[in-house]
Amino acid sequence: MAKVLLEMNSITKTFPGVKALDNVNLKVEEGEIHALVGENGAGKSTLMNVLSGIYPYGSYEGDIIYDGEVCNFHNIKDSEKKGIVIIHQELALIPYMTIGENMFLGNEQGSKWCIDWNKTYAEADKYLEMVGLSDSSKTLIKDIGTGKQQLVEIAKALAKHAKLLILDEPTSSLNETDSRALLDLMKKLKSEGMTMIIISHKLNEVSYVADKITVIRDGSTIETLDATTDDISETRIIKGMVGREITDRFPKRHDVEIGDVMMEVKNWTVYHPEFSERKVCDDVSINVKAGEVVGIYGLMGAGRTELAMSIFGRSYGIGISGTLLLKGRPVTLKSPKQAIEAGLAYVTEDRKGNGLVLSNSILRNTTLANLKGVSNGTFIDNDKEYAVAQEYVEKLRTKTPSVEQLVGNLSGGNQQKVLLAKWMFANPDVLILDEPTRGIDVGAKYEIYCIINDLAKAGKSVIMISSELPEVIGMSDRIYIMNQAKIVGEMKASEATQENIMACIVGVEGDTTGADGEGSEA
Amino acid sequence: MNNFSMKDVLKKNVMTIALFGIYVLFVILAFVIKGTNMLDPSVVTSLIEQNAYVFILGAGMLMCMLTGGNIDLSVGSFVCFAGAVVGLFSVENDLLNKWFGVWEQQLVDGEMQTVLVKAADPLSTPVVLLIAIGIGLLYGAVLGFLIAYVRIPPWIATLAGYLAFRGLGTQVLTKASTTNAISNFPSSLSSIFTGKLFETPWGQLNIPCLCLGILGAAAVVFINLNTRRNKIKKGYHADPLWFVILKSALIVAVIMFLTVEFALDGGIPVVVLWILAVLIIYGIITEKTTIGRHFMTVGGNAEASRLSGINNKLIMFVAYLNMAMLTVIAALVVTARTGAANSFAGQEFELDAIAACIVGGVSAYGGAGTIVGMVVGATLIGVMNQGMSLVGVDQDWIKIAKGLVLLAAVVFEISSKASREKASKMAMKKDKVAEAEEQLKEAEEALKEAETEAQEAFEKAKEATDAQ
Repeated sequence: MAKVLLEMNSITKTFPGVKALDNVNLKVEEGEIHALVGENGAGKSTLMNVLSGIYPYGSYEGDIIYDGEVCNFHNIKDSEKKGIVIIHQELALIPYMTIGENMFLGNEQGSKWCIDWNKTYAEADKYLEMVGLSDSSKTLIKDIGTGKQQLVEIAKALAKHAKLLILDEPTSSLNETDSRALLDLMKKLKSEGMTMIIISHKLNEVSYVADKITVIRDGSTIETLDATTDDISETRIIKGMVGREITDRFPKRHDVEIGDVMMEVKNWTVYHPEFSERKVCDDVSINVKAGEVVGIYGLMGAGRTELAMSIFGRSYGIGISGTLLLKGRPVTLKSPKQAIEAGLAYVTEDRKGNGLVLSNSILRNTTLANLKGVSNGTFIDNDKEYAVAQEYVEKLRTKTPSVEQLVGNLSGGNQQKVLLAKWMFANPDVLILDEPTRGIDVGAKYEIYCIINDLAKAGKSVIMISSELPEVIGMSDRIYIMNQAKIVGEMKASEATQENIMACIVGVEGDTTGADGEGSEA
Repeated sequence: MNNFSMKDVLKKNVMTIALFGIYVLFVILAFVIKGTNMLDPSVVTSLIEQNAYVFILGAGMLMCMLTGGNIDLSVGSFVCFAGAVVGLFSVENDLLNKWFGVWEQQLVDGEMQTVLVKAADPLSTPVVLLIAIGIGLLYGAVLGFLIAYVRIPPWIATLAGYLAFRGLGTQVLTKASTTNAISNFPSSLSSIFTGKLFETPWGQLNIPCLCLGILGAAAVVFINLNTRRNKIKKGYHADPLWFVILKSALIVAVIMFLTVEFALDGGIPVVVLWILAVLIIYGIITEKTTIGRHFMTVGGNAEASRLSGINNKLIMFVAYLNMAMLTVIAALVVTARTGAANSFAGQEFELDAIAACIVGGVSAYGGAGTIVGMVVGATLIGVMNQGMSLVGVDQDWIKIAKGLVLLAAVVFEISSKASREKASKMAMKKDKVAEAEEQLKEAEEALKEAETEAQEAFEKAKEATDAQ
């Protein structure tokens, strides 16, 4: 039995109103690769932030025992001193600096005041060799691909004399070959004695690389599987990840007649605006009928938002090809303005970033996408605008002292309602709701679901993008499953279970339904 | 819907109150220290005439700043250049003669020389005005294109203009005249921008001015009352009557004060009409029109605005085109007032306009700001300038004071915003707590009811068993 390097005992972390971690236990032995898996928002990243000191000692309950001693980390510097280094999902490299400069950022080599560049680059080359990167350490970061950048991140971590390496979704931006190379590097580092924790959504990679797998669900540790003794097939992991009960959290729709096809997208292909050879949507074909709620499920980075935004007046991506039919007629929408006029609405997942103007009032946000509705084209009828805003505040039961309230002062759920009001007032035929319930509390969620049902009742077509499985199953009439830029499955909500949806994603045959089906091993 | 609160009104108008206080303070100080009467008609008129350009440029700068805290640094230099061009074509000068005059070879003192036999005619005023508008449109379009479509950061693009137009303007003036200035503008041009409307001798009460002032005041009262009546008729939220009357009374007082001052000083200055026109037009644009709303949203959240179907690039383009056009008007006003186009005209005008906006509560990050706020800011700075020089404060100290006021305005803005946010969040929390308490109470009541029911049922059952 190897020595236990890290032990996290009954960690509990609460944010205002939410218990993000509830008595989580994690035990990592020296020289193993330990995988943390769980759905989005299960608490994996929070746990790692607690470990690395981003959430300082005192802001959580429980003990961290590392290398035999209890640790109280107050910031990242503390944990790095002990050899715990975290590599975040978004690469933190500066494009216009060299590999060497980036590697020793904040850890500069030389005397106190003066950087020794010879030493810097010599050291950098040494670590680059360790990760198997042959490029010179004087190359600029922007000149190497994302795969190599990820290796630089690891080299940077090694240069900090890491003993425990935490990799948060290390392969999320890599292609197949680069991912495999990275995983092999992890195995190589393990053979040299490094201990690693990997967070990943890609279960095939987890089964490939991990010695132990800890499943986290809703802020609690569910189980820890050992590769040598337990079954760690993907279906087995999925069972742990989604094995929660679905309670009646979703209001039912009654007597909603589903009509003709309202919008159809055929062979839709979109490329990434910066990495122009990367497809973010690959030959996607979907349709939605009047009065229907269609769910699009996929993990983060599957290309769902990209699909929605590219349909909405090409507001994302380049090299868009494919046909878009509205009520059976092909249309070309070149700008959000044209999309709105054609009867589309895109309710963003990022309401603060690109949905609402936080410094403006509810009033102004409500009418933003349809100023024509309250003006004669040039002059705004302020009284009418006030009435409209008031109407929607009452209709959606937005909690606010007045419609003059700045949106920035509202709670998440109420902001979401204002965002919905804005697009409902634009009177679209098709609403694309991107993560409509992200970051809002359960009560507000229920109200948002009711609004979605009302929209369907009114004959609108609703596309609901979500990474919450119960939500997708509970709210949709039909579900598309998207993974790595492709639609990998389509099913009626009545036939959908959490297991067969997840199975579509990991590419396991769809017929292995049921929680205890003997999954066909990958 | 009774959410009217005097406290909020006072908070919103704190700068206006400060302006009033500072004005009164300087009136007293000037009188006590130097014996000067700051309320003297000529002093009041000159306060407005001197600061006319700040109001005009401030309106343009406001539009730029709304789009995201963007500024135009080239304003002052472009005033100089536009003034020089207007001078070049409207007054006889060396450069114009060199280009369009009739020159002949003549024998002077036994030597052959090229001599001007017929000077070039200056262009008529309408043509000159067209040229001025033309260069404004041209520069604005180029600048707008560079900023909106080539995506050059505004402060860099306009810094180039700041340097280039100062040089270009000076070159034109040096070539045109040995004194480096062009003066003696035709009255047909200068009377459009300076002088008095229906002028009467000094000291005599100007009747047309009084009439116009009273008319204006009456119009304000009518509009205010009518707006309120309409709102009530349509069933919308309206301010209480006493407040509308109080507000109207204050505005009427300001209008009448200015009217009387102007009437005693020979009539309404023409430049006041220009200021009023600009302020009213831009006030309506920012408050009442869809395009004005678009300016606010682009500055508030560019991505949200793009996804709401707004053409962000066009808005940026229009902002700078508009700024250049207003700069031309300011150049004409300034040139007409000083009676000359100088190479040092317009120095630091851009900074005055920016300062007026900032002091007037226009957000340095874009998305928020009003014409009224800008006017208050501009007037505040103007009053400080005039008041301190009348009291006899040194120019350097005036600059220091202005700098501090600017800083204080921003600090005040940010801290009051923070406290506002805190207050409203607290209010929200209180609401939530109240709600939760209510729910708890309901639950408790339900529990009690259930308990009594259970008790009753139990007793009934007991009775039943007893009976048995």
